Amino acid sequence: MAALPPYTSTAQRTWHYTFRIICGLIFFFLIFPIIVIVPLSFNSLPFFTFTPEMLSFDPAGYSLKNYADFFTNPDWNNALKNSVTIAPVATLLATSIGTLAAIGLSQSHVPFRSAIMAILISPMIVPLIISAAGMYFFYSRIGLQGTYLGVVLAHAALGTPFVIITVTATLVGFDKSLVRAAANMGADPVTTFFKVQLPLIVPGVISGALFAFITSFDEVVVVLFLGSAGQKTLPWQMFTGLREQISPTILAVATILVAISILLLTTLELLRRRSERLRGIRST
Amino acid sequence: MSEATSNGPVLTQDGVPLKTSLAKALRREKLRAFLLIAPLLVFILITFVLPIGDMLWRSVENGIVRDTIPHTIESLADWDPASGETPGEATFAALHVDLLEATKEKTHTRLGSRLNYEISGASSMFRKTGRRVKKMKDENFKEQFIKVDKKWGDIEYWRTIKQFGPRYTGGYFLNALDAESTAGGVSFKPEDERIYLFLFQRTIFLSVSIMLSCLLLGYPIAFLLANLPVKTSNILMILVLLPFWTSLLVRTSAWKVLLQQQGVINDILVWVGLVNDAGRLVMINNQTGTIIAMTHILLPFMILPLFSVMKTISPTYVRAAKSMGANDWTAFWRVYFPQTIPGIGAGSILAFILSIGFYITPELVGGTSGIFISNRIAYHISSSLNWGLAAALGVMLLVMVIALFYVYDKIVGIDNVKLG
Amino acid sequence: MKMKNLLLATVGVAFASSAAIADDMTIVSWGGAYSASQNNAYHKPYMAKNPGVKIINDESSAEAVAKLRAMNEAGNVTWDVVDVVAADAMRLCDEGLAEVINPDTELAKAPDGTSAADDFGELLVSECFIPQIVYSTTFGYRTDKVSTPPTDICAVFDLQKYPGKRALEKRAINNVEWALLCDGVPKDQVYDVLSTPAGVDQALAKLGTIKDQVVWWSSGSETPQLLADGEVVMGSTYNGRLFALIEEQKQPVAMLWDAQVFDLDGWIIPKGLSPERLARAKDYIMFATDTQRLADQAKYISYGPARKSSAPLVGKHAELGIEMAPHMPTDPENAKNTFLYNYEWWADNRDDLDGKFQAWLAK
Repeated sequence: MAALPPYTSTAQRTWHYTFRIICGLIFFFLIFPIIVIVPLSFNSLPFFTFTPEMLSFDPAGYSLKNYADFFTNPDWNNALKNSVTIAPVATLLATSIGTLAAIGLSQSHVPFRSAIMAILISPMIVPLIISAAGMYFFYSRIGLQGTYLGVVLAHAALGTPFVIITVTATLVGFDKSLVRAAANMGADPVTTFFKVQLPLIVPGVISGALFAFITSFDEVVVVLFLGSAGQKTLPWQMFTGLREQISPTILAVATILVAISILLLTTLELLRRRSERLRGIRST
Repeated sequence: MSEATSNGPVLTQDGVPLKTSLAKALRREKLRAFLLIAPLLVFILITFVLPIGDMLWRSVENGIVRDTIPHTIESLADWDPASGETPGEATFAALHVDLLEATKEKTHTRLGSRLNYEISGASSMFRKTGRRVKKMKDENFKEQFIKVDKKWGDIEYWRTIKQFGPRYTGGYFLNALDAESTAGGVSFKPEDERIYLFLFQRTIFLSVSIMLSCLLLGYPIAFLLANLPVKTSNILMILVLLPFWTSLLVRTSAWKVLLQQQGVINDILVWVGLVNDAGRLVMINNQTGTIIAMTHILLPFMILPLFSVMKTISPTYVRAAKSMGANDWTAFWRVYFPQTIPGIGAGSILAFILSIGFYITPELVGGTSGIFISNRIAYHISSSLNWGLAAALGVMLLVMVIALFYVYDKIVGIDNVKLG
Repeated sequence: MKMKNLLLATVGVAFASSAAIADDMTIVSWGGAYSASQNNAYHKPYMAKNPGVKIINDESSAEAVAKLRAMNEAGNVTWDVVDVVAADAMRLCDEGLAEVINPDTELAKAPDGTSAADDFGELLVSECFIPQIVYSTTFGYRTDKVSTPPTDICAVFDLQKYPGKRALEKRAINNVEWALLCDGVPKDQVYDVLSTPAGVDQALAKLGTIKDQVVWWSSGSETPQLLADGEVVMGSTYNGRLFALIEEQKQPVAMLWDAQVFDLDGWIIPKGLSPERLARAKDYIMFATDTQRLADQAKYISYGPARKSSAPLVGKHAELGIEMAPHMPTDPENAKNTFLYNYEWWADNRDDLDGKFQAWLAK
């Protein structure tokens, strides 16, 4: 694909470039909406499109006032505070019990393995609106609706399937003889776990944790039903903002969130490389 | 002696038969695996599975009628609506007893709202009667009730009360299927009141359109990525993964900004001269908006499984086909394409399952013609308060998703779900 | 060790945030300019007077009945005071989800000694409801996009004279009444006609004539946004939202007061609060619905105060310095032709008509 061999016909050549142009357009479609909000978030006027000043690169067309609004407006501040108090706790909960369960599931003899797996993965499969409806009805009954704990538990439940999947994936490549070797040398199971098993599955655990984090951090449907004002998160505030008064501050928030996703994506990529190196898989 | 030992069971060092010892070890291993899984299993059962079960229960539960007016229901047992007569004095006396009790806790108006889902006017009938019931004299209850509200003399209201007397009802599911149970049995509602089957149909239609456009756009990208050198494809992969990792709301707001009539795309079209200022295209608050935004959101879910399948296809097959005289198209269509079908299946079902339950994006960019069944469920939870109907619609959607997931499991396998 | 510290820190945060709830008072309202006016007129002075209390604003009034019902089922009511429209207040009161308020002992007297019951008069439509304001749902239009300014509600249905998109609320209430009024039904017969299936069809048919030109809104702030962006030429919303658009943001928009629909908005206190929280909520209500406070709110938003004694105190806008009286929906100039909507009728027919309306909308 890289370079065309000399014997290609004109038709093949044309197709080759046409195909690349098509792919370029699709990539453009994928990335353009995300990129375009970045400059728009610096608009000095409350519009959602490029003003003539912006297009002529007049500094007066740009300003940081949307960002200033985000950091000073109490609504956004509260939302940010709620997001950063809910997501880490939900992540911690999901990651700890999720990792244990993934290790359990990777043992060779697990009764009812596929049934258990189906139950554990279900929060990822069931449409969010249904999870939200069910949790709303049930948590109302037991007094968790509109509480911090309720939202954390719900978010943790939604995040665990990702932890299971990523940790199981690292365990699949895990060489069991290492555990046996450790046991042979006299290490007890706990030591074996912390000294041998854990370091090797750490990349999987971390990437599972990142997934769980982003699940909670981006989640809006469940929190919309389950939460009350005290738990209003960033996505919730964005949702209300979009449905009601589209304030350009949303674009500043969106840009910040894009920066966070880039950070997460980079971390994941580094982890993946490390994991492959540790397990001796060479990238092909 | 030695004879006996060699014929007997094999023993381990500490004298236990090996079979027992192995079985014990296996048991221990199973127990350990189970103990590791247990916390999460219990957690998911309580925080997730029970709520779903609660929803199932709510879709059929109907205790409110029996709990609020127990005596009335009992006395209606031997009343036959087909007789064409309203129930007798005894039933009205029982109703009086029940309502006296109900007005203390104001449960009668709650019952009124419940029955109002089935028959219009029940709400005011109970509210009005509740206000007057204390002042009623101890005689001629039927007459007094009908005087308060003449609907008490209408057989249709009594038929509804009797029909919804039992503790469990299929009524919500009938409603969710646009049907109703009338004197003449179960039938569809009049044309102008049917909505749910239509919405399910539209949800499926839109999900299929989104799935197809994802396939159309995702296939070339996956093909390109799978056939480029790793270094290049890793870089291009970022363009796929970045949207995947970007918040759903960020992407939805981006589309809202791009598609509106005074938005970026219309501005560009006007500037280029393709449309004039008055003829700006309407691309949002309709199906177009929903399809565009959701295709963008779900495209990575199509590309990733396709890519992982295409990555495993050895280029030798196509080369072999070509060397035997197949032209590019034949080589692709007859040799390469069939090998990508598992990827197409996996990606399509994944995109379809995900899109069928979407709520946020249609709510924000769908207007009225681009909304899904989910939006209607949300509406019944928070606006109309008909929770039973919301639950019944939710159960129907859930059944569809589970069926699709079963297919997905058969094709791809639950354990082969890959992320990133 | 690191892990342990992290754990402790997280748990600490969790406890800190739950402990803070003790002095928080959650007041639920509608958001936007309306919440802002309440914040200025009621919340700020109340917090200044009671430094221990922190008011948290929740913008869930639109889902208030659903959420209160859920909280009641759980026996865990997290809201202290809730702003609802009169119809919702009646529903909540009917279902036993709101506290009954005694106007003689639990509401402030007017400055001249008139009892609260007399001061609010017939606006006390439910025994659980303490009215704050009279508002109306009415239309605003872009002055730069119409050739002759519309003066009649039926301009909404006149696509020839007023081409372009209109914003209407995504529910049957108000829309079907307007449709019938513009289809020749006399004002006093609207609900009789609507009670028949043919009447409903007639209303939907009339709405059908403009259906492709309608943008449907579900939140009161959408119409001002749509008008400001030029996405619609006219649209219905609450009159206060249009005031903010016209006078504060100086957009080229004007009011069409014809056939405005009056409604009430006010407070309820949810049932099931602890005695301390109930006492605090009642204290807040006593403060926030006195004559001066209600008149103060009119400095920030153009809704008419519900007390008769507040009317003479309505002055100029706090920032703009313009007289507020001519912007009130109750001003005689604006209230030449108004429409009263029938609470009882809607309570009975809401589910049914709404189903039909949504089915019609979806097709």
